[in-house]
Amino acid sequence: MSLRIVVCVKYVPDATGDRHFAEDLTTDRESVDGLLSELDEYAVEQALQISEDADDAEITVLTVGPDDAKDALRKALSMGADKAVHVEDDDLHGTDVIGTSAVLAKAIEKTGYDLVVCGMASTDGTMGVLPALLAERLGVPQVTLLSEVSVTDGKVNGRRDGDTATEQLEASLPAVVSVTDQSGEARYPSFKGIMAAKKKPVESLDLDDLDIEADEVGLDGAWTKVDDATPRPARTAGTVVKDEGEGGKQLAEFLAERKFV
Amino acid sequence: MAEVLVYVDHVDGAVRKPTLELLTLARRLGDPVAVHLGAGADEAAKTLGEYGAVKVLAADSAEFADYLVVPKVDALQAAYDAVSPAAVLVPSSAEGKEIAARLAVRIGSGIITDAVDLEAGDEGPVATQSVFAAAFTTKSRVSKGTPVITVKPNSTAPEAAPAAGTVEQLSVSFGEKSTGTKIVSRTPRESSGRPELTEAAIVVSGGRGVNGAENFHIIEALADSLGAAVGASRAAVDAGWYPHSNQVGQTGKTVSPQLYVATGISGAIQHRAGMQTSKTIVAINKDAEAPIFDLVDYGVVGDLFDVVPALTEEVKTRKG
Ligand SMILES: Cc1cc2nc3c(=O)[nH]c(=O)nc-3n(C[C@H](O)[C@H](O)[C@H](O)COP(=O)(O)OP(=O)(O)OC[C@H]3O[C@@H](n4cnc5c(N)ncnc54)[C@H](O)[C@@H]3O)c2cc1C
Ligand SMILES: Cc1cc2nc3c(=O)[nH]c(=O)nc-3n(C[C@H](O)[C@H](O)[C@H](O)COP(=O)(O)OP(=O)(O)OC[C@H]3O[C@@H](n4cnc5c(N)ncnc54)[C@H](O)[C@@H]3O)c2cc1C
Repeated sequence: MSLRIVVCVKYVPDATGDRHFAEDLTTDRESVDGLLSELDEYAVEQALQISEDADDAEITVLTVGPDDAKDALRKALSMGADKAVHVEDDDLHGTDVIGTSAVLAKAIEKTGYDLVVCGMASTDGTMGVLPALLAERLGVPQVTLLSEVSVTDGKVNGRRDGDTATEQLEASLPAVVSVTDQSGEARYPSFKGIMAAKKKPVESLDLDDLDIEADEVGLDGAWTKVDDATPRPARTAGTVVKDEGEGGKQLAEFLAERKFV
Repeated sequence: MAEVLVYVDHVDGAVRKPTLELLTLARRLGDPVAVHLGAGADEAAKTLGEYGAVKVLAADSAEFADYLVVPKVDALQAAYDAVSPAAVLVPSSAEGKEIAARLAVRIGSGIITDAVDLEAGDEGPVATQSVFAAAFTTKSRVSKGTPVITVKPNSTAPEAAPAAGTVEQLSVSFGEKSTGTKIVSRTPRESSGRPELTEAAIVVSGGRGVNGAENFHIIEALADSLGAAVGASRAAVDAGWYPHSNQVGQTGKTVSPQLYVATGISGAIQHRAGMQTSKTIVAINKDAEAPIFDLVDYGVVGDLFDVVPALTEEVKTRKG
């Protein structure tokens, strides 16, 4: 039987750009180019490796995001995923993580799955909780923050490097997995992959298709509210000296002034 | 007064500092009730009481150690049901965030992660967050359900405020789903004897400029002279020069010490995301154009192999 893998990928504003909030205090997606969250490339890569090791597997990449988010899906398809699902609906603007997890869970159930693979965190919201939320909603094991992952005989195994210990984990499929940037470099799409991606199917779903009411999502439906967003004041320019043999001493002097020594 | 649940992060009953910070913040919102899972509750209760816990709800069961995350969610939910708190606070560790998130869905609440400050507001607790690699500071609140908030280490100074800290047993029933992810083995991380990276008052980090694992002793010597923790950039970690558990940045640890010393680190956005909120920042880099210099209070343009040993010597002399 075929192994059905769904990879959740997020389309995010480029972290090296000048990211801002829009007037309604949601992420301003106009001022900065978007891209596939770099940490989700690791998720796509691990899904590809799991699929290569399986007899028969199919990878669907899934995103919840605006029209442009198709770019993130295309990138994942050009890396080698088989098909894509895009949940887009104007009413989704401003959805928070609880709402996003509800939408993703419905879309995953509709697509059908044995394994869900996520990144460790998005590069914009950076909450790192969505995979756990999906496992809770889908009622399947969470095998998260893995630096190594493999799937054999209907079981997923992985290594989780925690704060105080390294753990070896095991769970039966279906399951939700998330992988860290320690799991292995993501491959670059080949020219052939980029050409092939253009022909791969991208299915669009809206809230109706998923039986979700508009008031359960969006800015008004959110479980959290951002009341204020202030740019961090620019740091006042510090002192920079050139080492002419005294650099270490001068720095020690500064540290002593600030009472660190 | 309303009660506020505080999830305790501990190692066999030795309470970790972020929990004491949470108790301190919790007192702004109500009476802290600590939830202690695993062994050592009686030992922990002394510390928890000293920092304001009116009550300690304790549960010890093999499930907490044998299965990932979910048994702890079951227990926190049992505590929630027992207390009906005004808010639930959890330390912002990777596991803490996952526990908090699953609880939030179960109790129909919103969640805020990685708060760096908390205050009482008219419509519930107001959380300060530092977002977009610390380029923005936001104020947010949970608008549905009981606020579930995770708080980053070093968000406040722990203040003692003695309270009863009475231990009560919490009864928890585990569902079939709780045992879904088995922890097959666990290898504890060896302690370096230095302060915990996320809790340290001073952090000294090395990057690609350190140029080899064999040179990291220069960084360690400086750290030891200052009583600091050692951090590393991802470039240094990826090269295998220092363990990943010491990585500072977006996909490593976030640190917010009183003093951050960056040596041989250029200051890429993903590194800044993990250290930009440090109170005082100094850098040593041989490239005057390195972006890290935009952040510093004091910078030295120079070769770290000259500057760092000289600095270490000078610090040692001054400390006598
Ligand atoms: C102050 C603040 C303001 C915000 N404002 C906005 C806003 O205006 N608009 C907005 O969209 N978000 C906004 N967010 C973020 C939003 O709440 C979350 O981005 C989103 O709901 C998911 O959380 P996350 O990005 O932190 O995901 P994480 O939990 O960090 O993501 C982990 C993994 O889940 C998967 N995943 C996450 N999101 C998606 C997705 N949409 N589709 C598919 N897979 C996904 C990916 O595999 C990802 O690697 C804001 C966040 C904060 C802190
Ligand atoms: C999704 C994602 C997540 C990431 N997460 C992280 C993260 O968590 N943490 C992180 O650090 N990075 C992270 N990165 C990587 C980040 O983009 C940078 O590549 C990395 O921080 C660079 O490390 P560096 O500053 O040590 O190396 P470089 O950028 O190569 O800088 C080395 C510096 O050392 C200086 N130098 C060299 N020799 C000497 C000498 N003898 N004396 C003094 N100075 C010298 C050079 O002038 C240079 O400025 C992430 C990247 C991505 C895409």
